[in-house]
Amino acid sequence: MKSLETITLGLALSISALAAASSMPLAQSDTHSQTQTSSKLSRASHPASPDRGQRVFQQNCARCHSAPEGLSPSASGAVARHMRVRANLSEADFRALLHFLNP
Amino acid sequence: MKTDRVNKLSPTHQLARAVSALALLFALCGLSRNAIAQQDPAIISGGIGFLTTTNGGNTNFIPEVKPVAVLPLGDHLQIETRATVLSNFFHRTGDGYDHFTFKTMDYLQADVKAGSHATIVAGQFLTPFGTYNERLTQIWNQTFQDLPLIYGVGSMNTGSGLGGMVRGNVFANDRASVSYAAYYSGNSTSGYFGAERSSGGQAQVYLPESGLEIGASYGRSLGAVHENFEGMHLWWQPIDTGFRFRSEFGHAPNAKGYWFETDYRLQQLGGADSALGRLEPVFRMQQTFRDAPDNNDGLPFVNTKRADLGLDYHLPHEIRVHTSYGRQFAPDGNVNIWETSLVYRLLIPTWKSKH
Repeated sequence: MKSLETITLGLALSISALAAASSMPLAQSDTHSQTQTSSKLSRASHPASPDRGQRVFQQNCARCHSAPEGLSPSASGAVARHMRVRANLSEADFRALLHFLNP
Repeated sequence: MKTDRVNKLSPTHQLARAVSALALLFALCGLSRNAIAQQDPAIISGGIGFLTTTNGGNTNFIPEVKPVAVLPLGDHLQIETRATVLSNFFHRTGDGYDHFTFKTMDYLQADVKAGSHATIVAGQFLTPFGTYNERLTQIWNQTFQDLPLIYGVGSMNTGSGLGGMVRGNVFANDRASVSYAAYYSGNSTSGYFGAERSSGGQAQVYLPESGLEIGASYGRSLGAVHENFEGMHLWWQPIDTGFRFRSEFGHAPNAKGYWFETDYRLQQLGGADSALGRLEPVFRMQQTFRDAPDNNDGLPFVNTKRADLGLDYHLPHEIRVHTSYGRQFAPDGNVNIWETSLVYRLLIPTWKSKH
């Protein structure tokens, strides 16, 4: 039991260390790459119709719950990522939802 | 709910370790302020509630917290966790009130994006069987505050697995969406991370135009006794209406049962935010059939029928008031069940992002 916990803790720490390390280069990258990322995201999330993200929300998230009141734009990324896993969203639907939550 | 656990470390010690691990994760992410500014902030979410249940004349008062944390790490990884902490206060005949406290980790998982159609989940996760366990066990979005009678079917005793899962969307367009999940769980008797050796999965089809979802689930217990569990679900939520219909059928080796529930938000009466539009009548019917005695499937020992009728009121600021009356019919006695609750849903980012 103790070893299982040690393994779990070790795994969690390894993953977090890897992730923190992988985020470093991101932090060091310049404005150019940030602009590139934004434009890539913008193209990827370009909805087929203006209300596609809203439709994704209604058809997936709203099957279980209503929209959160006064959702902070800062929270929108984690919320959309959580829903991508929980509601098995496709990549396009995830992008549309992200765009809807944080236009 | 977690049962039959053997601890070598005390539960408090184990919870402290899990919390420490999470704290370290947050701390490691704080190594670079720029890195934080670039990535999505972690969120703290969940529900806080005060629930009461009077079942056959016995009343329980239950303050409960179900916090959720989601921590994105880069573009392809995130850590998610949810815990449950509650105290149950009840009356002892001739001896005043007593209480016990229940704490558990519902899940602590790493989600790794493995392409546009798959996510690999590792760690402790909610068992993907039927709909209730994954979708409706958070107190702020449950239509009724107690679990369906057939919740035990396919949940492998603890409701959680400890191992790996692959899940995702096969395809999605305007007419249909097909998604899946498949998992393997090892055995664990470790306090907050209890799980039974099992495997299983589910697949579902959703038709957006009609708001219809149909799915099937399968689970196989691989413990001392190998048993199969099967389930079907059907949900219907016509678009742009306040109406929802949810149903599930579950089959265990020695019992089976179903539940269905409907709710209707009266948003037609002046909008969802009007005084009347905040009302939501709810109804649930369920029935179980016992074929042979079985102490492990979690279903009632005798054939049971139950109907619940309730009313939710959605106050501003994510507060919901719920009250319901139910009547349960069984050969060993019929009982009335009254429930009330006040639940608050919270959702906050842990820091402010720049985008």
